Amino acid sequence: MTFSPRILAVATILVALSTSLLAQQVSTGLRGPTPLNEVGPAAPMTPLKNTAEKEVRNYPEQPPVIPHSIEGYQIDMNGNKCLSCHARARIAESLAPMISITHFMDRDGQFLATVSPRRFFCTECHVPQHTTTPPVTNDFVDIDSMLNKATPGGRR
Amino acid sequence: MSVAGETKPTKFARVRGFVVDLWYVLIRPSSVFGLGVLVLAGFVAGVIFWGGFNTALEITNTEKFCTGCHEMRDNVFAELKTTIHFSNRSGVRASCPDCHVPHNWTDKIARKMQASKEVWGHLFGTIDTRDKFRDHRQELALHEWARFKANDSLECRNCHSAQSMDITKQSPRASVAHQRFLFTGDKTCIDCHKGIAHQLPDMRGVPGWQ
Ligand code: HEC
Ligand code: HEC
Ligand code: HEC
Ligand code: HEC
Ligand code: HEC
Ligand code: HEC
Repeated sequence: MTFSPRILAVATILVALSTSLLAQQVSTGLRGPTPLNEVGPAAPMTPLKNTAEKEVRNYPEQPPVIPHSIEGYQIDMNGNKCLSCHARARIAESLAPMISITHFMDRDGQFLATVSPRRFFCTECHVPQHTTTPPVTNDFVDIDSMLNKATPGGRR
Repeated sequence: MSVAGETKPTKFARVRGFVVDLWYVLIRPSSVFGLGVLVLAGFVAGVIFWGGFNTALEITNTEKFCTGCHEMRDNVFAELKTTIHFSNRSGVRASCPDCHVPHNWTDKIARKMQASKEVWGHLFGTIDTRDKFRDHRQELALHEWARFKANDSLECRNCHSAQSMDITKQSPRASVAHQRFLFTGDKTCIDCHKGIAHQLPDMRGVPGWQ
């Protein structure tokens, strides 16, 4: 098959235009205005939220977010800084909420005497929050709002 | 080869003779220098000696000296670099001697005497690899905690004073904890702030940890 050079030129220009338009679109949002083939400047670091005021959980199974700074907190084989406040025996002094009973359960639902190994690395599930406006908005709707729409004023 | 029994008396006699001569020179009033000159000379010698001693202490009291040993440089110093005491928004930093050598003169000498043990440890390699350091780490940390506990965290307080803490400017957890336990004198900094400058050792058995 052969193309006339004119058609080939038009096709090339079209392809180039469309990809550059695409690139323009992809590069907005999270990436900012930096083109795809370049590395943009790093965004400035934002401070961690440190009010220590509990945040609403979006659903009952959600690991609550950490409402305080955890900078420099060590969690490894040697020790667990979180447990120095959140362990059962520490909460009188630290005034922190105790890790709930689920943290003592092994995978068969048996309660152990100490924190279950699968709950030792707290930041697997619990994350601190940064004081910043999220680049992508969140349109999550919690179950109460859903039910409210279906049966306004129903019992929850 | 000489027989010990033959040389001993003569050597002993010579030494005794020297000491006796020296003694007479020392107690005889000077016929050459005046008393004032002698007192002045003694004073100058004292200043030089004291100054030299002081300078030696000053040199050993720097971070450069401490990190001259790879045991200190590769372990504790490397870890310090990631903490707030190495770099922060205020640009004020804490160096090893700020936290580890008391600024008080007598304590300083006492600490230096203890430090001779470290030179021994360096020569005989108690912690000359990362693994050996890890194995010994709890013991070393326990020494330091005991020291901070005994002196009511003196070194921390050289920079941070409880009196100058504005709790309204502190984070909520900090202001509550400091009011309940620090200002009342129930606890001292190191009770709550372990591992602020280096990584923690094995914390099993340390009160408050598990
Ligand atoms: C110095 C003590 C201290 C340490 C260390 C600490 N916390 Fe907390 N934490 C608190 C306190 C106090 C609160 C509760 C604040 C409140 O309820 O007003 C809290 C709240 C939380 C909550 C929110 C609980 C809820 O029901 O919303 C989570 C999750 C949490 N911490 C996780 C962690 C994790 C993970 C770590 C280790 C990385 C950690 N904490 C280390 C004191 C501490
Ligand atoms: C596998 C995920 C997971 C890990 C790991 C984990 N958590 Fe949780 N955590 C949860 C979930 C899910 C909840 C909420 C439901 C519940 O209480 O079980 C929770 C609840 C909590 C709460 C609130 C308890 C209450 O009654 O208000 C605290 C505090 C907490 N976790 C601290 C910790 C600490 C400290 C660690 C580390 C030792 C840790 N968690 C490790 C999942 C986890
Ligand atoms: C000659 C190399 C060397 C130098 C220089 C040195 N250290 Fe050490 N340091 C060691 C060794 C080795 C040990 C482990 C000693 C032991 O096994 O007990 C040690 C242990 C320590 C300990 C734990 C003490 C204890 O009671 O267990 C501290 C704290 C310490 N050094 C701080 C310092 C500081 C601060 C300086 C600078 C003023 C310094 N070191 C300079 C080699 C050195
Ligand atoms: C802000 C204070 C501070 C500074 C600065 C500091 N340290 Fe420490 N150091 C401590 C504390 C506190 C401990 C006790 C263990 C712990 O809590 O981590 C310690 C422990 C140690 C130990 C015992 C082993 C261990 O890790 O527990 C050594 C050795 C040591 N420091 C050496 C140094 C050297 C060398 C420097 C300088 C590069 C230095 N430190 C700087 C506070 C400090
Ligand atoms: C040479 C002075 C100095 C010494 C000694 C010192 N600090 Fe600090 N410390 C600082 C500075 C400077 C900061 C950072 C202040 C800032 O910019 O927020 C700081 C910060 C801190 C913080 C705040 C950490 C954070 O994340 O906000 C704690 C906790 C702390 N020091 C505890 C201690 C303890 C405990 C000791 C004794 C073992 C100690 N300091 C010794 C100067 C010192
Ligand atoms: C009863 C325990 C306790 C004692 C004693 C204590 N602190 Fe704290 N301190 C805390 C807690 C909890 C926080 C907040 C959580 C964190 O920083 O990990 C804190 C935070 C800090 C901060 C950061 C301030 C902020 O706004 O977060 C500094 C600096 C500090 N402490 C210094 C000291 C010094 C210096 C001493 C000794 C004179 C001391 N603390 C004694 C528990 C204590």
